[in-house]
Amino acid sequence: MPLLVAEKMTKRFGGLVAVNEVDFSIEKGEIASIIGPNGAGKTTFFNLITGVYKPDGGTLTFDGRDITGRAPDQIVPIGIARTFQNIRLFQNLTVLENVLVGMHVHLRTGLFGGMLWSPRHKREELAAKQKAVELLDYVGLKHTANDLAKNLAYGAQRRLELARALGCEPKLLLLDEPKAGMNPKETAEIMELIRRLRDERAITVLLIEHDMKMVMQISDRIAVLDYGTKIAQGTPDEVRRNPAVIEAYLGRGAAS
Amino acid sequence: MSGIKNWLAGTLQDPRRAPIFAGALVALTSLFQVLAPFNSLAFLLVIVSMLVVGKAATSKWVKLGLAVLVTLVVIPVAGRQNGALTYLCVQMFINIALALGLNLVVGFAGLLDLGYIAFFAGGAYVYSMFGSRQALEFMPESLQHLFPLGGWWFWAAIPIAIFVAAFLGLTLGLPVLRLRGDYLAIVTLGFGEIIAVLAKNLDHPINLTNGAGGIVGITPPSLFGYKLDTTLSFYFIGIVLAILTALAMYRLERSRTGRAWAAMREDEVAARAMGINLTKYKLMAFMAGAAFAGAMGMLFAVKQNFVSPDSFSFLESIGILAMVILGGLGSLEGAVVGAVAVTVLKLLILKDLADFLSMTVKLPPAFNIPQYQPLIFGLILIVMMIYRQQGLLPGRRPTEDIAQLETRTPKKNTTGKSVGA
Repeated sequence: MPLLVAEKMTKRFGGLVAVNEVDFSIEKGEIASIIGPNGAGKTTFFNLITGVYKPDGGTLTFDGRDITGRAPDQIVPIGIARTFQNIRLFQNLTVLENVLVGMHVHLRTGLFGGMLWSPRHKREELAAKQKAVELLDYVGLKHTANDLAKNLAYGAQRRLELARALGCEPKLLLLDEPKAGMNPKETAEIMELIRRLRDERAITVLLIEHDMKMVMQISDRIAVLDYGTKIAQGTPDEVRRNPAVIEAYLGRGAAS
Repeated sequence: MSGIKNWLAGTLQDPRRAPIFAGALVALTSLFQVLAPFNSLAFLLVIVSMLVVGKAATSKWVKLGLAVLVTLVVIPVAGRQNGALTYLCVQMFINIALALGLNLVVGFAGLLDLGYIAFFAGGAYVYSMFGSRQALEFMPESLQHLFPLGGWWFWAAIPIAIFVAAFLGLTLGLPVLRLRGDYLAIVTLGFGEIIAVLAKNLDHPINLTNGAGGIVGITPPSLFGYKLDTTLSFYFIGIVLAILTALAMYRLERSRTGRAWAAMREDEVAARAMGINLTKYKLMAFMAGAAFAGAMGMLFAVKQNFVSPDSFSFLESIGILAMVILGGLGSLEGAVVGAVAVTVLKLLILKDLADFLSMTVKLPPAFNIPQYQPLIFGLILIVMMIYRQQGLLPGRRPTEDIAQLETRTPKKNTTGKSVGA
């Protein structure tokens, strides 16, 4: 059974159809990618899945549940988390706190529990902090736990965004250009990390990425968007050979 | 000069010398204050000594002991002769709690509120209306024998005032949910004015607030039959409320709610993507911030024994904001220090300066120093914004001892939902 099924997803901004009747599905345990030229509607599609935008048409099913038009605070708890194309950390919070905010929907303490420091709150905080440290260790940032997020190096900020998203305990993780601005070494590390997420934590991953080499290497399946419409879907090899894709995006040299 | 500075810094960091130095300083300034209760310099020195204690490298028990000594012994003893001193401290505690409350809204959650005094007014009026003969103006004949309420009602009224203020916070929060930055500030400013205008005009058709005349003769609180109507008793109520507020704020900042507010302040888009319900947390910030102001409003009403719309003007809102910004936005120590500094400046230094000038220079009576208070606050804020935007004591994010955290085990894991891996 597919983990996420999007049927005829549509989003309009005034006269512009940013996402036009896109059908898309992703199986459990897959690493899938969405590619397409700038302005093809990839990030808009992400925003539809995560509930940032309400769709103008189509349905969205996650893990057997209809989640069409639900807000992020209803979607995150059932297991969809994301990162951003331009890093959006909580700059003036510590690295540890960033991850703790990521765990928000799985913690229970309310206003009064937090004000009174009830025993339940203390237990929950301790367990949450331990889990957050473990997640930081997983992405290799444990030694920076008490630093402010804004003081991290660029590559480390990307990994922190990942750790924060892991705090949401996602079944499906959406990564918006995870390697943007990274050097080759950092790229290799992030690819390795994405594979480990799938293999060790059973997280299904959906990527938006421009780096064809990375996309072709890492993806089980690729969907290609152009002007808001899906023009192809398939394995890396199928997509590489698809004439429409070559025409729209890859350029003639890529087929050979 | 730098020699003294180095010696001072070295002493404060040395765990052996610091407690002796801090203790000696407090003892000296306390003695000065007790011997010369009318001396403003003595009071300033006591406050400075408390700041030094705060900075000294000693255990929290030593610090707490010194703070208890000053607040529970030195000030009340000096205040027996100089009532103005105790009165000043009551206002200081009220301002500390207000600054902490506004810091929650503006500093923690990042929602600029220019009408914060409205919630303070709400708490003050709720108790004053029922705790004075004003109640006879609007309560039905059959219930009039109950009013004005007895002093013990003060304690019961605290949760009611908190509830009313929180409700006012909700009525402000709902319409401004979609607003940010400048637009939000303008609406909150308008809200503050609305409450002041209501207080001024709700003397007809039913006389609820007695209009611009204000309400006098407010029942002081009583406890086990004792009437707590002296400044000293307000001093102790004030200190308890201020400490409870500070404690609640400290804990909130380190809780899930506090982190959600901070995330919202830092980046609304990312906070939303983490599943934080922005609507809920914005309303919660307005309501929680308002609640603290409501409780302090009651203390203000009984301390003054008089409330009128003039006490809740726009300038008062700006005054509290000035405390928060002066101390450092988002910083608890900052809010406390800012509140102390502004109160002392307003009620002590400016007054003394005026007396001094009128005695020495023989200023014409039209040149009234306290009238220049907004000018002086304005100058302070401008200078702060140019040279030290982060405030006197900028906040630092809470840190954790990671190694210690990893080895600790929860005493008993009975939480329903497992957060462990």
